[in-house]
Amino acid sequence: MTLLPELYMLLFSVFFLFLSVGKKKISLFTAARVLALVGFFVALTCAGARGTLFAGAYQVDFFSQVFKVLLSAGFTLVVFMFEKENEVENLPEFFMFLGFSTLGLMILVSSVELISIVVSLEISSFSLYAVVPLRKAQTRTQIEAAMKYLFFGAISTGIMLYGMGYLYGMAHSTYLADIMARLPQFLAQPLGVLAIILTLTAFFFKLSLFPLHFWAPDIYEGASDATTTFIATIPKIAATALLIRMAMLASASPAQLATVIIVLAAFSMTLGNLVGLVQKDVKRLLAYSGIAHAGYLMMGLLSFNREGNAAVVYYITVYLFMNLALFYVVMLLSRRGENVTINDLSGLARRSPLLAFTLAVAAFSLAGIPPTGGFTGKFFLFVTAFKAGYLAIVIIAAVNTVISIFYYLNLVRVSYSRESEELRPLALAFHEKVLCWIFNIVIIYLGLMPFGLIDLFRNAM
Amino acid sequence: MSPYLTMNPFGFPILSTVIFLPLAGAFFILLLKDDSKIKITAFVAGLLTLLVSLILFFNFNAATPLFQFGERLSWIPAYNINYVLGVDGISIMLIVLTALISPLCVLCSWKAIEKRVKEFMICILLMETAMIGVFCALDFILFYVFWEAMLIPMYLLIAVWGGPNKDYASLKFFIYTLFGSVFLLVAIIALYLANGTFSIPEAMFKGYGFTFQIWVFLAFAIAFAIKVPMFPFHTWLPAAHTEAPTAGSVLLASILLKMGTYGFLRFCLPIVPQASFYFAPFVMVLSVVAIIYGGFVCLSQTDMKKLIAYSSVAHMGFVTLGIFTFTVYGFMGAMLQMLNHGVTTGALFLMVGIIYERTHSRQIYDNAGLGKFMPAYVGFFGLFAVSSFAFPGTNSFVGELYVLIGAFIKSRTAGFFAAVGAVVAAAYMLKLLKQIAWGREDKRDLKDLDVREFVYLTPLAIFVIWVGLFPAPFVRVMETTLVHLFMQLNKLSQ
Repeated sequence: MTLLPELYMLLFSVFFLFLSVGKKKISLFTAARVLALVGFFVALTCAGARGTLFAGAYQVDFFSQVFKVLLSAGFTLVVFMFEKENEVENLPEFFMFLGFSTLGLMILVSSVELISIVVSLEISSFSLYAVVPLRKAQTRTQIEAAMKYLFFGAISTGIMLYGMGYLYGMAHSTYLADIMARLPQFLAQPLGVLAIILTLTAFFFKLSLFPLHFWAPDIYEGASDATTTFIATIPKIAATALLIRMAMLASASPAQLATVIIVLAAFSMTLGNLVGLVQKDVKRLLAYSGIAHAGYLMMGLLSFNREGNAAVVYYITVYLFMNLALFYVVMLLSRRGENVTINDLSGLARRSPLLAFTLAVAAFSLAGIPPTGGFTGKFFLFVTAFKAGYLAIVIIAAVNTVISIFYYLNLVRVSYSRESEELRPLALAFHEKVLCWIFNIVIIYLGLMPFGLIDLFRNAM
Repeated sequence: MSPYLTMNPFGFPILSTVIFLPLAGAFFILLLKDDSKIKITAFVAGLLTLLVSLILFFNFNAATPLFQFGERLSWIPAYNINYVLGVDGISIMLIVLTALISPLCVLCSWKAIEKRVKEFMICILLMETAMIGVFCALDFILFYVFWEAMLIPMYLLIAVWGGPNKDYASLKFFIYTLFGSVFLLVAIIALYLANGTFSIPEAMFKGYGFTFQIWVFLAFAIAFAIKVPMFPFHTWLPAAHTEAPTAGSVLLASILLKMGTYGFLRFCLPIVPQASFYFAPFVMVLSVVAIIYGGFVCLSQTDMKKLIAYSSVAHMGFVTLGIFTFTVYGFMGAMLQMLNHGVTTGALFLMVGIIYERTHSRQIYDNAGLGKFMPAYVGFFGLFAVSSFAFPGTNSFVGELYVLIGAFIKSRTAGFFAAVGAVVAAAYMLKLLKQIAWGREDKRDLKDLDVREFVYLTPLAIFVIWVGLFPAPFVRVMETTLVHLFMQLNKLSQ
């Protein structure tokens, strides 16, 4: 029972591996959807599983199970959102790689030991390296994106391994618990701070936090819409999980780490939002928005307590839905898999009111306007950071909210108040409408009724 | 129930009913297809809300300064956030005003809005829910959610149904207001960390340290000064007013601007009193500047809507001036002016909307010389115009008189300049009125007011005259609360 979600994900991927070598007879989309949905329910039923496996390297607790449910929810949504035969080459392989990547991330959230962290992170990353070039719509740019992603990813992994070497050398153990228990000792020396930061590099890379953010815009632009949706959302959940896991194990709030986090967060949000202002391509814009959101997330980690961690999990949950909602609008707009620019949004409110509404809800949520989930999540982050005594970062984040509203509002503005020559109504299929409504309702629900979920997350910490 | 909140005497949560009736109407409209049915539903929802708000008004106990009709539910226990509602003498009139203006906005858009009627009516009703919510909320987060949620429908009202320059105006409105609110949020969190609760009444008169008060005041003041808008922060207002559809301008002028002054009265004064005393001279100077500056800018306008928009800046200057005199007269005058400005300026925007539907121009010259063709229109226009510059016998006279008395008690210079501003107001309003009534000789084919327009102008006209001649019922409602506030402040200032 304890490993069921991971085993199921493995079976999912192997199933598509066989499909990719055999002759395709069945409808791939239906199969993927049904299987992913079953996987979500499997993860849900295993939410109560507990146990420690593999000599203490693998911990199945409420924390990891919550994240597994989030990961499989995200994965299922991505599979449901994606439906264009002509967007991606080698469809079965595409599902297989996404499945393997999710599997790696699921293992990652349970890993509490350096070697298993590396292995699971690489399972996830290598699958994504292979997925990025599988795009039909454009020539060359996806290859460039794939190369960049591979190189930057490999380098960040290398840096992480380098840092881990130091950690092992100082703590004489690869277990996170042992390392974090000795944190106060080795944070007293510069080498210790360096080792921790180098180790965190790979997770900052996944989160696209400054200064490891530079890959995001190019990869988002080059990869297909479905791939970008996945890369922009799902790995961030797992990276956040690991950062929280480490923060949980740290006994007291280490001032040196807090300073580093504040600086990175401040740069990340400011840079992301300022550069986001001038973007024309919606996916590039979302990349910069993601960089800014990585900065917001870091605010919750500053307090190093249960409340702060719960706020981070809440925010990443909201982020999952609002980000996917916005990507879904992009995917539905580009029926042929080409990139969507901001000008393509013009007249959207007339062509498809529901899609424009979804875009508005998601954009306002990303900007953090009540009554959407983005506001509530950001509010929790502000409170915990302020409570921990970091007023400066709260003010920087508040100012950043105002900066970011320019480009989020711009999306809404173009789709509502600009007319276009293209007036063909954009017909949505029934299940597409349902998915849009699910996104809208969940985002507003998370904004108005956070009580159950935030208590749940607090208990999981 | 808490010490500051008295029980709701009704068997049902009446404040929640007022707040969420329009929202229920909006959901109902979502299911309708036919435009005329949508309009009727929106109007009925507004009327029902007005009815419930009147029940509130007639059952309001004017003898107590406590919050009444209290409701309390736990909302987010993890952060001690509660759903607390209650009204006192400051908010009750503003709720009735909101409930009165909203159905009029539906009526005035009956023919003016031709595209996307459904979404328009939903926006108006959402606005109404959020606006009433702001005035009822006694929990900071609840307040903030309503406060911000208002931005989205208002933004859409300007951006979708606005005039030619709507892109610029709506963006400026949104970003300006949001800029103010984020600092409000930071101040709210600071108060939460100091008190351990988001409850608004529990944060009042707590005797925080002076530096803390200064910072909280500044954060509050940015948000409220932008909303009012006070002098250097007013530039979003003319743009937004000019480009918004008539209903949007009316909502902006009548209700949204009041939220800034309501914020000063509800938050700044009781929560950070010492800082309010400290900053009072600055606020008074800015208010007087707004009165004079707004008046002179009005003198040179050729666009009717812009003229009225700038006159709002001047009128709201009187309100902030009254609040920061820290006298009972000042408070009373400020409250009355909030209501009067809501009715009079709202009515003037309605008048502009009516003539715009006929001539499709907002320029004064295009609409001049209507006295012969539209006597009823000019009659109403004249009434609201004289009310706007506080002619004795109309509502604004009472309010401005109170404010001026308060100002003269506090500072003769401020009183003097405010009186000069009042004279300038007479100049630009009479100039406008003269143009509208007799400005042109040529014959034009224009229809006078129809029944629908009579219906929505009459209640406002009655209010103008009633308050002008017999303001006692309205003063009595707010008196106890304001005197109580004054006593508490007075204790601190000695």
